Amino acid sequence: MSPLLSVCDLHVRFPITRAGDMPWTKPRYLHAVNGVSFDLEPGKTLGVVGESGCGKSTLARGLIQMVPATGQVNWRGETDLLSLSPRQMKPYRSEIQMVFQDPLASLNPRMTLGQIIAEPLRTHRPDVSAKERRARVAQMMERVGLLPQMINRYPHEFSGGQCQRIGIARALIVEPKLLICDEPVSALDVSIQAQVIELLKELQRDLGLAMIFIAHDLSVVKNISDEVMVLYLGRIMEKAPKAELYDNPQHPYTQALLSAVPIPDPVAERAKKIVPMTGDMPSPMNPPSGCVFRGRCPRAQADCAEVIPEAGSDEHQVACIHPGPMREKEMTAGN
Amino acid sequence: MVMTSEQRVEASELAGKGRSPWADARRRFFRNKAALMGLVILGFVVAFALFGNSLAQWSNEELDYNVMGQIVELGGPSFESGHYFGTDDLGRDLFARTVQGTQISLAVGLVGALIACVVGTLYGAVAGYFGGRTDSIMMRLVDIFMAVPYMFVLILLLVMYGRSITILFAGVGLISWMEMARIVRGQTLTIKGREFVEAARATGVSAPVIILRHIVPNLLGVIAVYATLLVPLMILTESFISFLGLGIQEPLTSLGALISEGAGTIAYGTTWQLGFPLLFFCLTLFGLFFIGDGLRDALDPKDR
Amino acid sequence: MSLLEIDKLKVTFEGDDGPVHAVNDLSLSINRGETLGIVGESGSGKSQTAFSIMGLLAPNGRTGGSVRFDGQEILGAKPKVLNKIRAERIAMIFQDPMTSLNPYMRIADQMTEVLTLHHGLSKRAALAESVRMLDAVKIPAAKERIRLFPHEFSGGMRQRVMIAMSLLCKPDLLIADEPTTALDVTVQAQIMDLLGDLQQDFGMATILITHDLGVVAGFCERVLVMYGGRVMEQGPTEPLFAEPTHPYTRGLLAAVPRVDDEDATMKAIPGNPPNMAAPPQGCPFRPRCTYAGEDCRVMPPLAPFAAGRARACHRPIAEVTA
Repeated sequence: MSPLLSVCDLHVRFPITRAGDMPWTKPRYLHAVNGVSFDLEPGKTLGVVGESGCGKSTLARGLIQMVPATGQVNWRGETDLLSLSPRQMKPYRSEIQMVFQDPLASLNPRMTLGQIIAEPLRTHRPDVSAKERRARVAQMMERVGLLPQMINRYPHEFSGGQCQRIGIARALIVEPKLLICDEPVSALDVSIQAQVIELLKELQRDLGLAMIFIAHDLSVVKNISDEVMVLYLGRIMEKAPKAELYDNPQHPYTQALLSAVPIPDPVAERAKKIVPMTGDMPSPMNPPSGCVFRGRCPRAQADCAEVIPEAGSDEHQVACIHPGPMREKEMTAGN
Repeated sequence: MVMTSEQRVEASELAGKGRSPWADARRRFFRNKAALMGLVILGFVVAFALFGNSLAQWSNEELDYNVMGQIVELGGPSFESGHYFGTDDLGRDLFARTVQGTQISLAVGLVGALIACVVGTLYGAVAGYFGGRTDSIMMRLVDIFMAVPYMFVLILLLVMYGRSITILFAGVGLISWMEMARIVRGQTLTIKGREFVEAARATGVSAPVIILRHIVPNLLGVIAVYATLLVPLMILTESFISFLGLGIQEPLTSLGALISEGAGTIAYGTTWQLGFPLLFFCLTLFGLFFIGDGLRDALDPKDR
Repeated sequence: MSLLEIDKLKVTFEGDDGPVHAVNDLSLSINRGETLGIVGESGSGKSQTAFSIMGLLAPNGRTGGSVRFDGQEILGAKPKVLNKIRAERIAMIFQDPMTSLNPYMRIADQMTEVLTLHHGLSKRAALAESVRMLDAVKIPAAKERIRLFPHEFSGGMRQRVMIAMSLLCKPDLLIADEPTTALDVTVQAQIMDLLGDLQQDFGMATILITHDLGVVAGFCERVLVMYGGRVMEQGPTEPLFAEPTHPYTRGLLAAVPRVDDEDATMKAIPGNPPNMAAPPQGCPFRPRCTYAGEDCRVMPPLAPFAAGRARACHRPIAEVTA
């Protein structure tokens, strides 16, 4: 099957101007996304994980020209989305929709549910009559588990989980092919997270949606993804099919992340070993030479500073020159 | 989705019209006693301006020859002569003149605030939403305008084009929008960063629609509060200009002009000529300030 | 005698639409050196419980019941008494360390202030003690970094500074309100590891308030599960996680995805959290509970049923499924 979305060498840079700079001063650049490539097939889900500041949200925004990006984003093998002007881009925006992190903040507090959900429809199908639009909104509300009689209510009258359903309804009303979910459940309570994940999976199955699912939570990503990509400081560290990544992680960073996730089982949690990581994520303004993870890597050696490891193009990509599972003595006891 | 009976009850409650953020604010406003008092006071002043003339026994231009020359002795407030508020220095009925002055002053305040709201909001929202260079140029322009001493410009305008009410409206409107533009721009910057604006951008909604549909409605609270504070400011500005003798031209008058006249003759003992216009002037300002305060509390409950 | 004893604590807020009962009849006790976890979702009343212990409720909040610390009643105590206890015996750390650090003061000044003010230490001794404490929370180059301002630290480091500050007075009780929620998993692991070590070294009792069952599983000896302002179940950590008997505890555990499981399934609890301004009658979990019946319209009492364990449920799962 040909990929729905094919991203090649995507870069996102932000110019950083300091207060007091003259207009002609050359700005310094913050390299938020650095050479990310991946393919996404229709109906599949790509999970993107990483700590805050790793560029995962910026990556999503770069794909749809919400932030200036360079590289290639091929849509259905036909169009390079990054080469389009804002006007040319508009029709593609209905095919790629987005769900946001903060359920309440992503809804305009002065608009009713009906107006919020109908907005993409009004924008992309102005020919649809008001009556028809209302019917479609009601239908979509039912589809995501909201009662159609709530159509005249305002967002603040709903709980976080319901607000996220509204956000999903808004995204799906124009029948997109790709849904980008930017941490859609991190602001929700545990019991509600599961509801939203179930809904997303069900919708994906029924509508044949492709999804890019961004999260910092490895266990949630495991639940929903077909393939998982681990980002650190704007670069791919490891990318593999789900089972492969969780059962056989090769990159030290992936292993550190996996071992740090707390397990809701006192016996397992107290017995587990973690990969020790020191220090903090370096500033993306001046990343370390060579491998960007080397400053915190328990396995870093002299050569890590010299070569920038390439992720390659295999099914299981690892950007590390000393990959492989951690040995017992490299780990420390957690808690 | 299977529903329990509890959820069904909740569902039936959720049918129908929702409680909008505005309805919530209205409820909080009407619970605020000071604000209600302000509303009553302002209502009284507006009613006085609109219907006062039907109570007046004299028109504002007629001269009462009976009291002329003996204003101090005969021109005081009395029901017998029909001069409820007394007469002015020329023997004109002060009640009718106060009614007219209140009308003019309220009109100046309203027009000034209205221009500020429309022009200032759009200007500020556009500058804030587009940001970057557009924002810099638009806001530096405001900075430059603000650096010009506006009272001087206004007086110059009135001197050059003659004293007319249109020029006064135009002049007051010209200067009032700049502060509003700054406030609105600041607020727009915060709203622009909210996720619902990003959601609209991601779905391809055009910039003018985003400004009008997503940004301006969320600014209305700030605008409403600032506008209620702008009205008294405009009235004060007009009064000051009238006080200098450059404002409204006779036989039209405004509260400021009446106060100016009253202050000029106070030495002869005609205190009512200052007292009554001043009373209405103060009532208007008090009413508006209390309403503005109440609006701020009602629209932004977290700020208390 | 337990260090902290809470008996029938009630917290009520005067809202726009009438009173909101954030906490109802909460009772708990914690001994010296013990670790207790309070788990709950948003709106469960777990944070308000902590705030009422510390006397930090919002001005429209009212409390009822009793909170005794070391035998002394502290609920509604005079600010002077409370200040002394807060300064010397109970410490609290928050989700966002920035809220309790003064951005305009150097870390050194903020830390030594506590010591010179409350313990009468000299400036020099206070500084030495502060540096020692920063060393204890494993901040590298503590001696130099104590001269920095709060914003010059990363999120994880700031939380370490916060912990160091809270330990300065050698408190008997540490209340940690979602201390790692704002942090990344790897940093969270470091901080929880550190808290565990410090708890052993200093021997203080610790109340950990969190929504994360995994964090509780690793850290606490005893767990209290709250929902809708009430305690649903409590007991020692291991049996509670191994055999949860309250339908809510069970549902919550099933809803958490596990990274160590093969399929990492998440089983949702249907429905929405209760609206605390108009809570359901009886058990707050009733509308979402699959086992609920008519008798659940009366709130079940928190009754002991096994060694150290108690639950508030008419239809606990052990009995329903047996």
